Amino acid sequence: MIYFDNSATTKAAPEVVDTYAKVSANYWGNPSSLHKFGEQAFNLLEQSRQQIADLIGAKLSEILFTSGGTEGDNWAIKGTAMAKREFGNHLITTEVEHPAVHNSMEQLKQDGFEVTYLPVDENGRVSAADLRAAIKPSTILVSTMAVNNEIGAVQPLDEIADVLRDFPRIHWHIDAVQGIGKGLADKIFNDRVDFVTFSGHKFHAPRGIGFMYKRQGRTIAPLMAGGGQERNLRSGTENLPAIAAMAKALRLLLDGEADKVKRQRDIRLAILHHVETFPNVTIFSKDLPVFAPHILCFAIAGVRGETIVHAFEEHDIYISTTSACSSKKHVESSTLQAMKVDDGIATSAVRISLDEHNTMAEATEFNRVFDELYTQFAKLN
Amino acid sequence: MQEIHIDNSNAVKEIYLDNAATTPMAPEVLAEMMDKMANVYGNASTLYGLGRQAHTVMENSRQVIANSINAASDEEIIFTSGGSEGDNTAITQTALARQSLGKHIITTAIEHEAVLKPLHALEEQGFDVTYLPVDEHGDISLDDFKAALRDDTILVTIMMGNNEVGSRMPIHEIGEILKDHQAWFHTDAVQTYGLLDIDVQRDHIDMLSTSAHKINGPKMIGFLYKREGINFPSLIKGGDQEEKRRAGTENVPAIAGFAKAAELLTPEAKAEKRARFHGFKEQVVKGLTDNGVDFEINGSLGDEGENLDHVLNIWIKGISTYVMQTNLDLAGIAVSGGSACTAGSIEPSHVLTAMFGEKSPRIAESIRLSFGQQTTSDEIATFVENVSAIVKRLAKNHSEVK
Repeated sequence: MIYFDNSATTKAAPEVVDTYAKVSANYWGNPSSLHKFGEQAFNLLEQSRQQIADLIGAKLSEILFTSGGTEGDNWAIKGTAMAKREFGNHLITTEVEHPAVHNSMEQLKQDGFEVTYLPVDENGRVSAADLRAAIKPSTILVSTMAVNNEIGAVQPLDEIADVLRDFPRIHWHIDAVQGIGKGLADKIFNDRVDFVTFSGHKFHAPRGIGFMYKRQGRTIAPLMAGGGQERNLRSGTENLPAIAAMAKALRLLLDGEADKVKRQRDIRLAILHHVETFPNVTIFSKDLPVFAPHILCFAIAGVRGETIVHAFEEHDIYISTTSACSSKKHVESSTLQAMKVDDGIATSAVRISLDEHNTMAEATEFNRVFDELYTQFAKLN
Repeated sequence: MQEIHIDNSNAVKEIYLDNAATTPMAPEVLAEMMDKMANVYGNASTLYGLGRQAHTVMENSRQVIANSINAASDEEIIFTSGGSEGDNTAITQTALARQSLGKHIITTAIEHEAVLKPLHALEEQGFDVTYLPVDEHGDISLDDFKAALRDDTILVTIMMGNNEVGSRMPIHEIGEILKDHQAWFHTDAVQTYGLLDIDVQRDHIDMLSTSAHKINGPKMIGFLYKREGINFPSLIKGGDQEEKRRAGTENVPAIAGFAKAAELLTPEAKAEKRARFHGFKEQVVKGLTDNGVDFEINGSLGDEGENLDHVLNIWIKGISTYVMQTNLDLAGIAVSGGSACTAGSIEPSHVLTAMFGEKSPRIAESIRLSFGQQTTSDEIATFVENVSAIVKRLAKNHSEVK
């Protein structure tokens, strides 16, 4: 089996599952309890938090655990909107965000907030000039993803940081769900960003766990109120087995990151340079440095994305239409729409997404199957 | 980077009487999760086989859960990240969706913080919240409830059973009263799911929230039951998961683990559990009484099933919660000074305050025991011996100081 759908979800690593099991068996106390069971759980919770903080170069108090990327995005956006409402009601984001960001923004719009969606160029990227032009005195939040989940475009985070340095009071949130472990740490953890959100299951941690980096001193209202866990910002009994497992997964992910990134980039390019030689193929994530090393989005004209996905599945190769969250809606990609790609070709788009375990041999096999399928598709047309 | 060291030798092998805070995962549940993590790792929203497989596991689990509360349809079950999310969603989103029908909400003074905090936030936004008082047994009065109900009441949120003192609320009666009223009825069933035979149709419950880790399931998974016809925007927006009612990639291994934990708690298993736990309560009361310990129950012992059989809150006269808890902890026995969530900050219990007033010595001199599947009669005996010894020792020290 060849699994090329790592942007949808990844398989939890065996070491990570092992950590989950050990912690479940031995450190199952409630970290808020005052007895030994609670104390041991609390200590492991804070050790895990420290490890994650160290791995991304943050402070202990800047790491907050969530149920995943979607909650993190909702929280960063709505939590800022609630906390900073008295300073303004204007929010800025891009046209190519994940639904967790887009739909949070739409919800706030109904609550009286004003939202500006920055347009993107043919590579799915916003421009710093557009951002600067969109900022108003009432702007309280800018939310931009690090890596687009559908085509892998990396937003110009350095330039966005430059713009936002002139507006220190605006909260800047980066959805980095697709960006961790992809050689982008310097861009994501810049000196200007205020909130960064992550999802564990995209990097071989368990499902249902994620974390948020929150710059010290930034205020945010809780989305989940109650027992006051996570420094009174995110209530709910902590999922310690998953948290410890996520710390483990992050350490494994970032170990030898540069080599892993290079390998993914090489695999991506091996497939890109193969499929682009076919006349009916359109490449959306091109051979340019502005694309992440692990995502390749392309279309075969005249063949629906789902047909391509199922044809590859017959060969035990797992790819996807543009994103898992919209896969079942049978609608064309919103990112491709924003890039003004023709609907006809957008419905033919598929995405390959790699992780650090994929191999060049898998790319070779993919390319061989591609040749076979391309011929079959050509006959159908 | 230093590896975090996790092994078995560090694990606490002591007596755990704090099962209302959290419970260890059942071995069957952990095995189920390990299997799903290793073998069913597709994203349930994807089109291909791996995703369909995950989707099937999830929907089978949903059916098990729906059956466990006699929901009319499995579509009425929304998986959440736990009890706090369920409570926050049911309360905040109902209020926001229904404010054109009124701004009045009824609850009790002894709800969990995950209910009270969102209500406080709503009060700041102009909602009017009635907190029903409780008597010294931790019970509300139905007359108070009837008197509080107004035409503009849009939500009633009353817990099924209290986490600190174990009192049960008259859920069936409230459901009967509300079935012909516009107000939606939500109940926090975090402490009762897996203990009582819940029937949302019999009791006319519109929304019900639960948490898996209280019933030997995994942490950070729960469900919100939402009766068909009850509609509000989701608290967490994003992808179309959970029929657009809760976005986020579905936590299939935890969902499967939760269903396994629920499945283990058959009606017979629950009945056995209630009888066993009630026996533990009687054993504590008899043991402490026989040993001459001066104590009272906060709440009431009652008959089996009358209160939550796994929760026993006792006032040990003259000995502070902290001292008793610390001494027991040194002896290898874990109890709570209140609920785990508020315990971290050692604030006075809002539940005991509501029952006895803020000046009562009980507030600073009470501990909560809560039993679990692993609790044994021998452990209860050890607990009784230790409490009795601690009381004697402290009394002796006290008289020597004098």
